[in-house]
Amino acid sequence: MATFDVIFLGGGPAGYVGAIRCAQLGLNTAVIEREGLGGTCVLWGCIPAKALLEAAAFAEKMKKAPEFGVTPGDVKLDFGVAMKRSRAVSTQNSKGVEFLFKKNKITWIKGTAKLAGKNAVAVKTAEGKEEKHEAKKAVVISTGSRVKGLPQIGLELNRKTVISSDEALILEQAPKSITIVGAGAVGCEFADVFAAFGSKVTLLEALPGILPVEDADSSKEVERAFKKRKIDILTGAKISNAKVGKDGVSMTVESGGEKRDVKSDIVLVAAGRAPNVEDIGLQELGVKLTDRGFIQIDKTLATSVANVYAIGDVAGPPMLAHKGEREGHVVAEVIAGKHPHAIDYTNVPGATYCHPEVASVGLTEQQCKEKKIEYKVGKFPFSANGRARTSGETEGFVKLIRGAKHGEILGAHIVGAHATELIHELVLARTNEYTVEEVELAIHAHPTLSEAIGEAAMDSLGRMIHA
Amino acid sequence: MATKVFMEALSPTMEEGRLVKWLKNEGDAVKSGDPLAEVETDKAIMELVARGDGVLRKRFIGDGDSRPVGQVVGVIAAADENIDAIVAEAGGGGAGAEKATAPEKEKAPEKEQAPSAPSASSAPSAPSAPSAPPAPPAPSASSAQSAQSAQSAQSASRSVDRAKSSPLARRIANDRGLDISAVQGSGPGGRIIKRDIEAAAASGTPAAAPASSAHRKPSAAFEDVPLTQIRKTIARRLAESIGPIPTFYLTVDLDLGRVVEMRQAMLDLGDEFKVSINDLLLKAVATALAQHPEVNAHWLGDRIRQHHAVHLGMAVATNDGLIVPVIFDADQKRLGDISREARELARLARERKLKPEQYTGSTFSVSNLGMMQIAEFTAIINPPEVGILAVGAADDHPVVVDGELRMRKRLRMTMSCDHRAVDGAVGARFLQTLRRLVENPLMLVY
Repeated sequence: MATFDVIFLGGGPAGYVGAIRCAQLGLNTAVIEREGLGGTCVLWGCIPAKALLEAAAFAEKMKKAPEFGVTPGDVKLDFGVAMKRSRAVSTQNSKGVEFLFKKNKITWIKGTAKLAGKNAVAVKTAEGKEEKHEAKKAVVISTGSRVKGLPQIGLELNRKTVISSDEALILEQAPKSITIVGAGAVGCEFADVFAAFGSKVTLLEALPGILPVEDADSSKEVERAFKKRKIDILTGAKISNAKVGKDGVSMTVESGGEKRDVKSDIVLVAAGRAPNVEDIGLQELGVKLTDRGFIQIDKTLATSVANVYAIGDVAGPPMLAHKGEREGHVVAEVIAGKHPHAIDYTNVPGATYCHPEVASVGLTEQQCKEKKIEYKVGKFPFSANGRARTSGETEGFVKLIRGAKHGEILGAHIVGAHATELIHELVLARTNEYTVEEVELAIHAHPTLSEAIGEAAMDSLGRMIHA
Repeated sequence: MATKVFMEALSPTMEEGRLVKWLKNEGDAVKSGDPLAEVETDKAIMELVARGDGVLRKRFIGDGDSRPVGQVVGVIAAADENIDAIVAEAGGGGAGAEKATAPEKEKAPEKEQAPSAPSASSAPSAPSAPSAPPAPPAPSASSAQSAQSAQSAQSASRSVDRAKSSPLARRIANDRGLDISAVQGSGPGGRIIKRDIEAAAASGTPAAAPASSAHRKPSAAFEDVPLTQIRKTIARRLAESIGPIPTFYLTVDLDLGRVVEMRQAMLDLGDEFKVSINDLLLKAVATALAQHPEVNAHWLGDRIRQHHAVHLGMAVATNDGLIVPVIFDADQKRLGDISREARELARLARERKLKPEQYTGSTFSVSNLGMMQIAEFTAIINPPEVGILAVGAADDHPVVVDGELRMRKRLRMTMSCDHRAVDGAVGARFLQTLRRLVENPLMLVY
């Protein structure tokens, strides 16, 4: 039995960042993590997926290389090699977190944890030992989320022919054909990867458009780009009659008033994740859940039980690593007795790393309409941007939605190369309540993709220069 | 390119307009801004102007015809341009054609959102539909305007850069005339952000008001008073009891002796100093309102807006009905100015030449039927105002003064009060102030 100030249950982006910040603030901190440090993000999500997406981008660029006067020899695609590289990057990042733990003198207890009273945690270690540890100040639940299948339509994960993103990340080779159920960020990213590696990809989405949380213009732009790359997209799709065999899966998909049979070697279920709230002693301690099954928290990230906090995916959507990281920062400062500024969840950017990339912050145009906000839109296409032309990446646009009266940035939506990098100018602007005037006043270097942001701001004011 | 001529919303409340008279014939050349026709709105006769250059090729309706706002009534195009499609569209179903496109435009995005919608690919890309009718040229926040206001916000912000604040907060503060240095910041590091300005505006944090006896806060246009629970309950219960506006009435009987003396004394100085008793009453009401913002207010459903400016509506009977032109900032105006303005507004009203901005924006109204020898009456509140004063005839009445029966010039006025916003005692206090002013009109020059 050891005594700490703070114990984190889970070492993903929320937990490990919170732990490091706690250590910085002088708290004796432990993290209980059964797998590797970094959690889903580092091991089974953001990082390995992005490594594969880079491989996919390479493959796509090879096709265009001759236009640039660079004609490669025989281009061979090997998903297995890309996968191994992706695992190596993942491991490297996880080791990086281990190093940070050592540097900050944080204790990593390898095992699974369960709340055992308000200030105690029971641990079953990797070696099978039962331990109990005390947390004098606080316990932080950062157990994250996990993939889930769709047993209600006959697509339970069997990890062979019906897989989740976890298995997709460690396939030895790209399947000949793959059906991806769910066209959110995860579904679109894997569609991109497998299409680039030669799979025949069918992308299914129950809602009327792919990337349904994004602005409709963004969804349409990606859909157009995907279709050009021969990705089969069926939206408003209803799946029935799913038959899972040894070598493949077949199902009937109804979309656009038509029924068709879809057969593929593999089905990747990319429709949502479930919070890890089971078997960690929440009920016994009386920690309340929300209607949707997440842990209920207040503005200080405190649960319904004193000294117990929750952060990251388990504490509610959006289930994004950077949202969890911010909560990690804040929870550490709350526990240390500081009074950090409450998180403004309306300023959490969204990022999808398929090609073209999609990034956004704030409201979509549809949401502005629903909320009856008076707004104006400024939009600039990358096809009119010099830098985008030089690299031949002219798909996409910057779309800014501003308040009609005061010019505040209601929403920003970028589709195109490096969109996920470009968005931060607008995240900074929104976070500091800059209006489109301040964005436009900032001098954007030429030639850059960022110029499109300045142009979109000008367009929203009715004075765009370059289009 | 052909420009459709729409029946435009020429007043804020207009839903339909009657084309009184075409000012251009078919075949006449017109330029953008040229008057095309006279249109009678719900309030006045206004000009409908051309929104494009060319020739007025077709008039779809005749003199005297009425059409709802948004309907095509004509078309301007080049002399040789083919306008058959527009003619077919406008001529065929009349209102139908235009109307049909509008709702569809609104429905489409919804359709895309609905999870059960059959297919996205078949849904039209509605938001960019080119057939959308141009927005009526109402004074919308045009980009030029907003850019300008942004400029001024920037220059105004320079003086307050010391108070850490966001650009948006500064812009809103500037717009509402709030002194940002008086606002407490709640953002990171005490930074003043949008919600602080909105909270300050709601709670009436002043724009550095001088601590004088003036009740008027000089630069803030109004103050929103959030509804307390008890106020909400009162509002709900009373509205259940009587109509949408639970009205009650307070009547006062005033001695006009000094008002009559004052008026006569001024008249003796010359005709140019002639004012009516009504002018003096308007001045007194405006002065009293400035001291009772709880009466000089609008009921907005979820809050009560107490106005710092007094914009006094005065009901004027015309041959077509009642209209209420407004004397803006009446409490700040001299008696002579009020007198002249009242006369001018009444004339414009009778000639139906009032512009919309001259009969909108009042914060309280007065209706006077004294000249028609009505002893006393009640007037109907003009929402969202919360009160109206009905003024009866000034007449000789026997009254007891110092234990003796005397004849005095007396006048009765009845205030209709919206009980959701104004309680009996609140209305009574306002009338007390008004009585003091009317019975001692010299206070009006203090």
